[in-house]
This record gives sequence, C-alpha cells and structure tokens, in this order.
Amino acid sequence: MNTLNTLNTVNIAKRKERIDRAIKARCNDIYTLLSLKEISYVIAPKLCLILFIFIFPLLKAILGYYWERVFYITCLIAILAISWELLSYVGLVSLGQAFVFGTGAYISGIFNINFHIPVPFSILLASGFGALICTLILFPASKIKGIYFAMITLCIPMFFSKVIEATEIFGGTSGISGISPIGNYYVEMYFPALVLIGAFFCLRRLMSTDFGLLIIGIKDNEFSLMSSGINIYKIKFFVIFLSSALGCFSGACMCHYYQFVGISAFSLDYSIIPLACSILGGIDGFSGSLIGAFVVCPLSEMLRGFGTLRIVIYSVLLIMFILLVPEGIFSYISRKYHQIERWKEI
Amino acid sequence: MERDIILEVRDLSKSFGGIKAVDSLSLNLKKGELLGIIGPNGSGKSTLINIITGFLKPDKGKVLYKGTDITGLSPYKIANIGLVRSFQFIRPFYKIPVYKNVVISLCSDRVKRLKGGSFGRRDEVAIDLLEELGFERDSRILYKETSEIPHGYLRRVELARCIALNPDLLILDEILSGMSKPEVASIIPVIKRLNDQGLTIIMVEHRIKELFQIAHRVIVLNFGRKIADSTPEEVMQDQTVRSAYIGKAKINFRR
Repeated sequence: MNTLNTLNTVNIAKRKERIDRAIKARCNDIYTLLSLKEISYVIAPKLCLILFIFIFPLLKAILGYYWERVFYITCLIAILAISWELLSYVGLVSLGQAFVFGTGAYISGIFNINFHIPVPFSILLASGFGALICTLILFPASKIKGIYFAMITLCIPMFFSKVIEATEIFGGTSGISGISPIGNYYVEMYFPALVLIGAFFCLRRLMSTDFGLLIIGIKDNEFSLMSSGINIYKIKFFVIFLSSALGCFSGACMCHYYQFVGISAFSLDYSIIPLACSILGGIDGFSGSLIGAFVVCPLSEMLRGFGTLRIVIYSVLLIMFILLVPEGIFSYISRKYHQIERWKEI
Repeated sequence: MERDIILEVRDLSKSFGGIKAVDSLSLNLKKGELLGIIGPNGSGKSTLINIITGFLKPDKGKVLYKGTDITGLSPYKIANIGLVRSFQFIRPFYKIPVYKNVVISLCSDRVKRLKGGSFGRRDEVAIDLLEELGFERDSRILYKETSEIPHGYLRRVELARCIALNPDLLILDEILSGMSKPEVASIIPVIKRLNDQGLTIIMVEHRIKELFQIAHRVIVLNFGRKIADSTPEEVMQDQTVRSAYIGKAKINFRR
C-alpha cells in the first residue's frame, strides 16, 4: 500500500512527454514556432549537417589526409546520389548515372587539356555542357518509363565506353592524363562540399513550391497532370537537365582530383553506388541519399583491411541494413528523433 | 448558326486490332448545351472522349473545337484551350494534400493567362473552389493526403480539378458512377448550376435516370455508331435503343 502511494505521487508529479509535443503539429501545418527552444528543435538537425560538412575539412591534422580524401569522394557520391533521387522524383529510375558522371569527367578533362581552361571554370563549363549533352540523350528516352527506362540508361554508359575503346578517341583505353589538379587544399575540399549543401537545401526548397508540386505530380499521375493543362515535357526536361548538371559536376570534380579520366568513369560502380546510397538512406527525399552516401562510402573504405573479402563483407552489411532498416537509415533516425522523450513536471 | 457550334466531330473512326471502337461517327455540340452520351459497355464512349481530348489519335476523321482543328494535339494543349475532361477511373494525385490537387490545375498556362498575377494565393483560390463544391472550409479533409479520403469525395475533387481550369467545354466521364444516392443528389445541382452559368458539358454516364433529368440532348452509341440523337424523352421511347440495351429476344411474360 505504501509503495503504491509513493508510485502514485511520482506519477502525478512527473510524466514522460515527447519533446516534439505540439511542435510537430504546429510546424507541419501552420508554421508558428513559439520559442527559441522550438526553433532549435526544428533546425538542430540541419545545423548539425552543415557544421559537420564545414568542420570536417579543417580536421586534417587530427584525422590525416586519408580520411579527408574519403570525405571528398563521399561528397561527390552524395551529389551523384542526389541527382539520381531528383530523376526518380519524375518517375525515372536510372541505372546509368555513370553516363552522366563520365560525361562530366571527360568534358572537364578535354576542356582542361585541349583548351587550357583553368580548373574551376572547366568544372563549371563541364557541368553546363555535359548536362546539355546528357539531356539531349536522356530526354527522348524519358517518354518510356519504369524498367524500360532503366534498361536504356543501363546501356548508354556501356555504349560510350565501348565507343571510346574501339575508336580510340579521347585517348582510348589509356584515357586522358595530366589534367591539372585544383591545387589549393581548402578550395578543393570546400568546392564540392558547398555545392552539396547548396544543391541539397535548394532542391528541398524547390520541392515545397508549386513547381515542386508539379514534379511530384508527374511521378504520381502523368495523365491527370496533362489533363490539368500542364506541359509535363517541359518539366521533365528541366528536371533531367538539373539532375544531369549535378551528376556532371560530380564527375568533373573527380577527374581533377585523380588528374586522370579514363573509361572507368563509365563503369557500373558509378551507376550502382548512388542507387545503393538512396535505397540505404531512405528513398523518400534528398536527406536519405545524403545520409546514405555518408554511410556507404566510409564503410567501403573501412573494410579495405579485409583484403579480398572486402566486397563479401560489404555486401553482407548492405543486405543487413536493408533487412533490418527497410524504411531507410534517414527515416529511422528522424522517427527516433521525433520520439525522444523528456520528463515533464505537471 | 455556325458560331454557336463549340465542338464538331466529323466522320471519326478508330479501331483496335479488328474491333471498330468508333465507326465513322459525327456529332455537333452547341454552346451552352448539356449533352449526355450513353451506350452499353464497349460501345466506344471512352474511346470517343479519349480521341477528343487528345489521349488517342484517330485513324480517320477530324475534331473541330471552336472552328479549329484539334485532332492529334497534345492533351495539355487541348486542356489549355479550354476543353477539359475528368477521368472515368479517377486519377488524382495520391501523395499530396487534397486541396493541392486543385492547385496543380491553377498552375496551368490557361489559368495564368486568364487570371493574370494571382500567384501566391493559389492555395486560397483552390480552397474557395472546393468550398463551392460542398467541402467545408476548415475541415481536416482538405489537408489530408488524397489517398486517405473516401471515393465520393475523390469524384468531387476531380470535378474541382477540372473546373479550376475555367473550361469552355467540360467532359465528365462517368462522374456519377460509384457514388451513393445522397452524393449524387448533392452533385447534380452543382453540374446544373455550372451549365446554367453558360458552361457547355458532355456527360458520359451509365446512370441514365439521373442523366435524363438534366441533359438537353442524349446521344446513344452502340458498337461505335450513333443509334439515336435527340431529347431524353424521345430516346426513352426509341425501340433501337431499347433493343441495344436489353437485347432483341422477345419475352412474353404473360404466357
């Protein structure tokens, strides 16, 4: 009896409460946040991401050059994964991001070597020109959907790598070497990191506008969109261009990093890794792709110690992730974040 | 007289394999008219609508809208000149809130041209429109995901999506099917009011009773051909129509 009483008093005095109580409803529908505490609840995850990406390159002295290199490549893969995700928003499941990646890499290399364009500009020009070329090839294919589009995109990078191999244009199998590096360590690290953050937040913003609504509509129901008088071809063209520009940027950065570009830029790896990132991270939204890239790439580096068994363990880990967290890492984390509880006095 | 005609279909044919879905069909539609199209299953009603709205290309024939040839034009272009359709198998956007379905229509070129700079207030315009169609302004239902709401509501959202485009000619493809009696009773006055305001409407329907209450003229299709074209009262009496629906066998119940 006595213990029951004490329990009761404890229960009355305090109870557990989710920290997003009331906040979630308010920021979902009517966007009114009442205090600094509530604002920090909403922006803390975003701030963590930005801080992480900004501070990591500064830790070279502690972590060593190796992990900075991994970070750099992770950023590029994250951009590639986001570009894949953007395409999937209009219902186009691509198995050929390597095509976009390789195009960006080759064009930037050619601009740099043959036309002597300094590095940052060759990357930007490659993003623009590459996106144009990719769009001209992918857009006609976008009229077909689903698995058929996937098959076509799977073939395109193979086609280009074989053409380069057979005709020996662009250096043939030996590729183009001697491409100038970016040079400055900080420029090299922050250039892709800033583009990653910028693209990530801009695309998220874009999706919440009316234009984003139309993009989501295409995936949902093309016919209804057309009968609402919306020119879906224009929207698809724009989305494919934007996605290709990001992918080309990623490839261009990679070629200046290795100071080399060969037909390996068209290899299947660059098609599959972005896909793995998106699926692992959670297929709904850009955050999933981003988080996925920051799990997949470091993981594959960490496993290098295993030698030949690396790929085996890597595959097993990926399968485990998919089986245990089928909703995706990002969805899992965000769900848990919203469920954090605190003691509240009554 | 010529000016009054908003839609003219001339000698339209379309076949799938060996089946003639639409067989040299012609029809005229006057401005402000409410035309009903009926016919047994497979008589070519939906094919006709799909050809008129550009979702299918005809083998032969022409579709004239306000005197210009629109045969084979892209569906979104046809919607933008004011010929708007609803879908038989309702096709709203499932992953977005209900009122956003209407916002999508408001993003079209046609609305931009007609309304000018009403940007940023699209959400409000959409909710006003849905309110006119019998949704309560502040009800949660407008903000729910479209996949969560009941079928009868979806039909009304579909109607709102079409009306948002401010059409001159509205084609309703079996908008009443799958609705309960009270739901039909609430939507019929809405359609009638739109027609009274000068909107030309084509209704393709299976619910003949409700259609005959409001239609000015009824066309009956069978095997892609027009077998009757007159007022609802005359169509009711027509012997060929009856046999198309019921069959030709004569059954004498008295025996």
